[in-house]
Amino acid sequence: MELHPVQSTGPQETFVLNLGPQHPATHGVLRVKLTMDGEFIKDAVIVAGYVHREHEKMGENRPWDQFLPNTGRIDYLSAMMYTHAYVGAIERACGIEVPPRAEYVRVITSELNRISSHLVWWGAYLLDLGGMTPLLYAFDDREKILDLLEALTGARLTYCYYRVGGLAEDLNEGFVEGTRDFVKEFRPRLKMFRRLVSENIIFRKRVEGIGIIDAEMCRKYGATGPMIRGAGIPYDVRRAEPYSVYPELDFEIPVDPAADSMSRYKVRMEEMEQSLRIIEQCLDRLPDGPVMAKVPRVLKPPEGDFCYATEAARGRFEVRIVSTGKPIAHRVRLRTPCFGNLSLFEEAARGMMLADGIAMMGSLDLVIPDIDR
Amino acid sequence: MTAAEPIRLLLFLVGAATFVGLNAAYLVWVERKGAGRFQRRAGPTEVGYAGLLQPIADAGKLMSKQLIVPPGADRMLFRLAPVMMMPPAIMAFAILPFSEYLVGIDLNVGLIALFAFSSFNVIAVMLAGWSSRNKYGIISAARVVSQNVAYEIPMMLVIITILMLAGTLSLTGIVDQQAGAFWNWNLFALASNPLMPVTFIIFFVCMLSETNRAPFDMAEAESELVAGAYTEYAGMGFGVFFMAEYANIVIGCAIAVILFLGGWHSPVGVFPGVFWFLLKLYFMVFVVIWVRWTFPRTQFYGLLNLSWKILIPISIFTLLLSAVMIKLV
Repeated sequence: MELHPVQSTGPQETFVLNLGPQHPATHGVLRVKLTMDGEFIKDAVIVAGYVHREHEKMGENRPWDQFLPNTGRIDYLSAMMYTHAYVGAIERACGIEVPPRAEYVRVITSELNRISSHLVWWGAYLLDLGGMTPLLYAFDDREKILDLLEALTGARLTYCYYRVGGLAEDLNEGFVEGTRDFVKEFRPRLKMFRRLVSENIIFRKRVEGIGIIDAEMCRKYGATGPMIRGAGIPYDVRRAEPYSVYPELDFEIPVDPAADSMSRYKVRMEEMEQSLRIIEQCLDRLPDGPVMAKVPRVLKPPEGDFCYATEAARGRFEVRIVSTGKPIAHRVRLRTPCFGNLSLFEEAARGMMLADGIAMMGSLDLVIPDIDR
Repeated sequence: MTAAEPIRLLLFLVGAATFVGLNAAYLVWVERKGAGRFQRRAGPTEVGYAGLLQPIADAGKLMSKQLIVPPGADRMLFRLAPVMMMPPAIMAFAILPFSEYLVGIDLNVGLIALFAFSSFNVIAVMLAGWSSRNKYGIISAARVVSQNVAYEIPMMLVIITILMLAGTLSLTGIVDQQAGAFWNWNLFALASNPLMPVTFIIFFVCMLSETNRAPFDMAEAESELVAGAYTEYAGMGFGVFFMAEYANIVIGCAIAVILFLGGWHSPVGVFPGVFWFLLKLYFMVFVVIWVRWTFPRTQFYGLLNLSWKILIPISIFTLLLSAVMIKLV
């Protein structure tokens, strides 16, 4: 019954459509050169690198702890998880034991950050599909998270709250109650989002069966996070390579085997639900005690090669540091999720219609500085 | 024709032009305020009381901007397109009956003339997209044409259904037949066609599509085509398209009120006809705005599928049904 776009036949007259670097759908300075046959995408070439900022090089010419604020600016929407990976790598190298209270607070703030990041994606994705109102609804809730985290860390977006060995400060007064209130308020909101958008017939027609990215393609391009979980593979760094206190917590990894834009959407919506569960458990178990371990004044990790990965909002973020025992890193390698998630666009977009291609690109949840680093 | 007739017509046209201008300006304000309310924010508040002078400030800004013609564009067509957009919209107001007395010309083929005028904007949008030598514009032009071809057919089928009931093409004639209580309105004319509400919904969907409103705003699908056919227009060139869009919404809603909601006839019998006509008209306009800020955009082939596979078969069926009912009753 449904007419799905197929590769068009007939005279092959193509033209090049320059999508970006300033285009409403690319959410940043990403450029895609599309070879179009009418409304059909014949070929897509990604031109990235407009916001390349030499983050890796910057990591190699300053003391270990001075690079820390940079990591929160790579993916500005999930700064908590990014700083976590960097401090985690140094802690692993130096063998620093982080106090349990600090670990719990890290998990709470990371999961709050994950929810706020997914909310931005949710609003922006609906904006891509022409629905303007959900963005404002999403930002309404996101604002509450930002207020909580601002009171705690002093920043609204690019947090630098974690330190090597613990946290910059203990929780402020009112954070625990505020977070509990937020969790209580956000559950019914998620239900409303589902009624407003997820069950909307126009929305479902636009995303169901559109932009199939199967597990094979994810593997080929190294796509992680909601992308690979939306392709039916329960790969989540929080379970695959457990870090922090995640092994002690009870949560599920949402998976959807349909591999289309809708399944990636559903995975992210379900992840917000799971993040709320994690936050609740952590708040219940939050131990007392110090939030900072004893850390030497000048960090000198022993010689060697260390990795630490976290599950950021967009997938696996991994920091690999190579130390020569000096106070400055020999090499800092950042493996960011968006690069892998974007690179499959070229293959996946072939033969799609323009609007479908944009619906798929939105479901990749791209943050452009994260691609370019 | 009396000697005063040309003067009356001129006055009416001036009045209509003023009405169109004010409507366009203040519907933008209404839309922004409405969108603000739907999105839990305030909308414009700064310029004037409750932002009421905002449209004037916007118009001043648009008029003071330079009109840029992109290099390589067809200069004449590029300038002609916005000009072609507005007059048909104003002309259509000369035919619309606001009440039994307030009507410019009561043509006996009013309905046909109205649709002739309101289909004109497609040509203007297509020319705008084509002449601006912009790939997004050309894609948009192609979309607009195929969308309008697809949606004019079910719309016309719906109108034939109404015409078979009314037996006249005159707009005042159609409204007069719906006089009396509100169950005489064509929307509730279930005795002559039990599927009349369905017909009304088809008409409303087609009207949204004809006026390029969300969720069918393929012409300026801003997340895909930047601003579609209007991408290259600066200043008042864009402003005219914007005004004409709102004028067309008012015309579309006015047609819906005339054909289905009893025109100027009051459901309770108080207040003059103009009041009721405008009340119904702005209720419809509000619904159009409401739809825009609630639904995401449809996909282009989804839109064509909706027309060819769903709306056209249903409207043919309702047409045949009312033909059979008229024959039997």
